[in-house]
Amino acid sequence: MQYLISVIDDESTANAADGSGDVDAFNERLRTDGCLVFVGGLDSPATAAVVDNRAGEAIFTDGPYLESKEYLGGVWIVEAPDLDVALKLAAQASQACDRKLEVRPFADE
Amino acid sequence: MSDVQETITRVHHEEWARVVASLTKRFGDLDIAEEAAAEAFATAVERWPEVGVPPNPGAWLTTTANRKAIDRLRRENKRDDKHKEAQMAYDEPPEPLGVIDDERLRLIFTCCHPALSMETRVALTLRMVGGLTVPEIARAFLVQETAMGQRITRAKAKIKAARIPYRVPDAEDLPQRVSGVLTVLFIVFNEGYLATGPDTDPVRHELTSEAIRLTRLIRALMPNDGEVAGLLALMLLTEARRTARVSASGELVPLDQQDRGSWDAAMVAEGHRLVRERLAAGVAPGRYQILAAINAVHTSARDVRDTDWSQVVALYGQLVRVDPSPIVELNRAIAVAELDGPEVALATVDRLSEKLDGYHAYHATRADLLRRMGQSQQARAAYDKAIELAGNTAETAYLTRRRDQLAAGPSEAS
Repeated sequence: MQYLISVIDDESTANAADGSGDVDAFNERLRTDGCLVFVGGLDSPATAAVVDNRAGEAIFTDGPYLESKEYLGGVWIVEAPDLDVALKLAAQASQACDRKLEVRPFADE
Repeated sequence: MSDVQETITRVHHEEWARVVASLTKRFGDLDIAEEAAAEAFATAVERWPEVGVPPNPGAWLTTTANRKAIDRLRRENKRDDKHKEAQMAYDEPPEPLGVIDDERLRLIFTCCHPALSMETRVALTLRMVGGLTVPEIARAFLVQETAMGQRITRAKAKIKAARIPYRVPDAEDLPQRVSGVLTVLFIVFNEGYLATGPDTDPVRHELTSEAIRLTRLIRALMPNDGEVAGLLALMLLTEARRTARVSASGELVPLDQQDRGSWDAAMVAEGHRLVRERLAAGVAPGRYQILAAINAVHTSARDVRDTDWSQVVALYGQLVRVDPSPIVELNRAIAVAELDGPEVALATVDRLSEKLDGYHAYHATRADLLRRMGQSQQARAAYDKAIELAGNTAETAYLTRRRDQLAAGPSEAS
């Protein structure tokens, strides 16, 4: 079972240190335990572009799609047998990156 | 009600959670477990009046529910391997039925998982563990039946999609998880203690005793948790007064008019022991411990006139700081009435009108205070409102008699 762990950033955390050493160590542990599927931090929302090609003519506009106080700062995708295990990993992740997180399961195919 | 119907009702209360828990364990799916359990009980309602109650109703229901669940899986053409893949996370391989308490405890922790909202946890626990119907739960929380049905359906879907496990949390997570469970158990206890519904017994002993039993289990798991002890004490000191609280004619008997000799002495003693244990611990008490202490003061008085009201008011003051809800304010005002008179209390109560206008106890309290002040007309209006809102048969009977005893005629009033 895979879970998306989203890092929730806001104005107060945008430029705050993420304790990179902690995050690196945490990622290394995830990798060793075979739980890590993917990890990556995102650049600021101001760097985003929006694409809409539903009508067959691609329209590119300046992002972000949603202007909001809280936004996605990065993601982990982890492998965990159940939500409790995923929540535990997320609790460690939250401490490592010093930010609030959201945990959400990937839908069954 | 015929004997068979009575038996079915009793068996439902006793066996529902067991059947759901054992099926959840076997099939790894709350939805299948709930539906199959409901179908098994429906079959019992249909067949038992004809063929008689089986010698072991619980085993009959579990077997029947198992068959219903297998039928459903076949109907939905779910191959076994596919089904196993979708099963809830479960630590141990299936074992023969019999480890009942742990099974129900697993069910409780799943239903009370923190990834679910509090109102969902309560609804799910009442449905899955308490065996209440969706309409009963909807009524208990003053929401539409369809909305409550959706809430439960969504919760089951979330448990499945997010893989909320069917498991008792490990020691590290236990304290946090228990607090959520206690809230749910207290709400279940209260639903039993002040049962709602015109065809429902005024006190649903099976719910109160179930809440107590489950709280005892959690205390066995966490003997040093103050709030677990507090909640157990609170429940015991309340349950001890159960039989004294409803008259032979099915009318509510308020605390001040109860035959204190008929309180369950063993339960009172156990409750007092727990309260003393918490006092000796010297740790700042939480909500349940304060409520238990209030009940300990009441149950320490052999006669209502011996009640230490200043202590009760002081404890409610402490409770307001921990839990500043209007209902706590209302209960504090009731104690204040004993200490400072109904006029002082009424002033406080009237300030809560906006928040508590839809709450029967608010109007019942006002009615009683106004009656004591000799304001018959206003008291009558408040009794009418309380009767209209009260869902408990014993309470309705009491309020009706009280209203009808008010001096008649407008000349005497105010």
